[in-house]
Amino acid sequence: MFRIIAKSLATGSLTEADPFGSRASFGFPVMDFTRCTACDACARACPTGAIQAASSTPGRKTLTLSYASCIQCRACVTICPEEAIRASSDVEVAAYSRGQLARTGSFDVDPVTGRETFVQEDVAPGPSLAESAAALRARIRGRFGRSLHVRQVDAGSCNGCELEIAATTNPLYDLERFGIHLVASPRHADLLLVTGPVTRNMEIALKRTYEAAPEPRVVVAVGACGCSGGIFGEGTTAAVGGVDRVLPVDVYIPGCPPRPQAILNGLLVAMGIREARVRDGQS
Amino acid sequence: MTSSARAVVAAALDLSEGAVRELHAGELALVASLESLPALADRVMSGLGGRLMSLFASEEPECFWLHHVYSLPEWRTFLQVVAPVSRATPAFPSIAAKHPVANWFEREVLDFFGLAPEGHPNPERVALHDDWPDGVWALRKDVPFDRAVPRVPGEFHPFRPVTGEGVFQVPVGPVHAGIIEPGHFRFGVAGEPVLYLQLRLFYVHKGTEKRFERVPWRHAIFLAESISGDTAVAHALAFAHAVERLADVTVPDRARALRVVLLELERIYNHVADIGAIATDVAFTIPASRAQALREGLVRLQDAVFGTRLLRNTIAVGGVTRDLPPQGHDRLRTHLRGFEKEFDALVRLLIDSGTFTDRVDATGVLTHQAARDLGIVGVAARASGVDADLRRDHPHDAYERLTFEVPVEDGGDVRARLMVRAREIVQSLSILRQVLDRLPESPIAAPVPAVLPPLASALGWAEAWRGPCTHWVATDERGEITRVKITDPSFLNWPGLAHAVPGNIVPDFPVINKSFNLSYSGNDR
Repeated sequence: MFRIIAKSLATGSLTEADPFGSRASFGFPVMDFTRCTACDACARACPTGAIQAASSTPGRKTLTLSYASCIQCRACVTICPEEAIRASSDVEVAAYSRGQLARTGSFDVDPVTGRETFVQEDVAPGPSLAESAAALRARIRGRFGRSLHVRQVDAGSCNGCELEIAATTNPLYDLERFGIHLVASPRHADLLLVTGPVTRNMEIALKRTYEAAPEPRVVVAVGACGCSGGIFGEGTTAAVGGVDRVLPVDVYIPGCPPRPQAILNGLLVAMGIREARVRDGQS
Repeated sequence: MTSSARAVVAAALDLSEGAVRELHAGELALVASLESLPALADRVMSGLGGRLMSLFASEEPECFWLHHVYSLPEWRTFLQVVAPVSRATPAFPSIAAKHPVANWFEREVLDFFGLAPEGHPNPERVALHDDWPDGVWALRKDVPFDRAVPRVPGEFHPFRPVTGEGVFQVPVGPVHAGIIEPGHFRFGVAGEPVLYLQLRLFYVHKGTEKRFERVPWRHAIFLAESISGDTAVAHALAFAHAVERLADVTVPDRARALRVVLLELERIYNHVADIGAIATDVAFTIPASRAQALREGLVRLQDAVFGTRLLRNTIAVGGVTRDLPPQGHDRLRTHLRGFEKEFDALVRLLIDSGTFTDRVDATGVLTHQAARDLGIVGVAARASGVDADLRRDHPHDAYERLTFEVPVEDGGDVRARLMVRAREIVQSLSILRQVLDRLPESPIAAPVPAVLPPLASALGWAEAWRGPCTHWVATDERGEITRVKITDPSFLNWPGLAHAVPGNIVPDFPVINKSFNLSYSGNDR
């Protein structure tokens, strides 16, 4: 007993005062469309289709990069011949819709030479981050105060996201100091923290868990698979796909897996305490 | 060495030496008739000391093939016995009655290929849930992957009934109380003591094997990393090994050494976390917190040195993706020195505490006999006195030239599984020192052909922290992947848990389960 007490005293508190702000060597890829020649090398290299090239009308072409399905493998950064894709070091990324996680560049295609020229970055349809934040705040107004009870649901994950969610409870991150508690039952939960891809065999259990939680039952999708089906895809014989194919999702936390600080950030976004951002310096 | 292994195997099976082919180094193959499979299984397992590592089916236009994959540790080779199954009679003789290790494997062949294991004592579904329609065999080539299969209204899974006064069932899951993966446990209990445990898994079945057939092979390594997130290195390695053997790629020395570093780091961070989790499950919070802090220290070290917390995207076909620069080298050494001291103190804190050992001693015993009969692998096997480790028995990467022990315990209880982990960490630290002392200079990856050889196949394997991961990879006539069979150690070990729990009380289940710490995702794929 003495040794246990001595060990505790000698160790002291390990909890970090500010879990945010540390920079990762690789956050997400950031595309500089002005340098991009739409050669599509990145789209072909991307293992999850996070980068998609499309040509809806003749003479026009688009290139879309979505963090929702990005597994941060860096293949696009390495392959780009124009060095138009750089690695950000920002991991505190969250959004309120899949669309907000994507950026699309439009290109003109010269009918003679086939050369592509960048025209503009398309404005994504749907509400902006600020509008979505306001809507979420209105929905949860006065409900959570400064405390949040979270039920984690693994709806098909490879367990990578679970490792990082569990890490948020370790003494260094200590999410309980933010008033966030991981609880054992959906009946006690304000929020469901769901990882995916939602499998065929977990779809019903996930719906039932959601139905068992009291309103306003916020849903947060975690990880590339939770946000989009990730490397496992959507609509297959075995996997339904992203959590939003089954439940209404309030907040998306992309990454493969998202780091503990990204998960904490996403939970505070869901509480209306932090502002969601997809890129550095953006709110 | 291998030619003699070939001769020994052929002689033991009463075959001409020419009947046994050496497909790749350390991998023998033998084409047999379906009827001869059970007799061959008996001879391989009793006469040659073989251990069944995997059993699966594959499909060709003319017929199906059934594969029995054995490890022959004494001869340092794998032996694959394959037999054709005709489309007209989609059935094969079962070996499960005599060799229980084949039980789930054969039922999975039935579930995904529709080949019936004849003579199987319990030929029921193991992977498919009740709302999956009859007659849809997901891994057959004529079943499309990119479309959902309608659910059929089905009866709830029939669990074995319990009868008698005060005897009842406790259903648990699939959504559990902690941050763990989904699965359903059905306990039959008489008061506190558990009479039996039935498992219902495959809730996180993602069709991973079929997915492998649909992605370009160069992207497949990312899929391998996502088979079980806590085993990213070992599964990526097993897959890379298979492709490298298939395409005759020689991995440079430095890459082989760095692969050992990555695999041992993965072992250490997971073992520490498990030791902490065992402490958590008996409510011993101080060592639990210490273990969590040690584990976080390790994953941050990995982040600092390799740029990835959970060692994703480090293994490439042909080598590794990141080199270890001199400053990373120093950082690793310094951190591991500090870790070693802290870890030693952690283990002593645990095993010197009577309240802790009371909970783990003689709890959740898996007997040596049961472990052998069920074909249990990895940590769980070594804790029940089964001395097997692919790093020694079938050395991959740089293990051939390293000196290390394979810790074996006899207790078969929670304590034994904890001690195997603790002793393995000590060995891993020694392995890391040996590798870092003599890190060879060479490129970190070999060039890989743009197109894989057509109509080729190979086994790949790696001893992960849980146990052996094996991948069998085959290509079609265009050199694209046509089949990957993934065997995660969890698939072999789940039945061991069901044997270790009965006789214990329900409140001890969490700690027994944690001492196995099996992957649901790796099992379900």
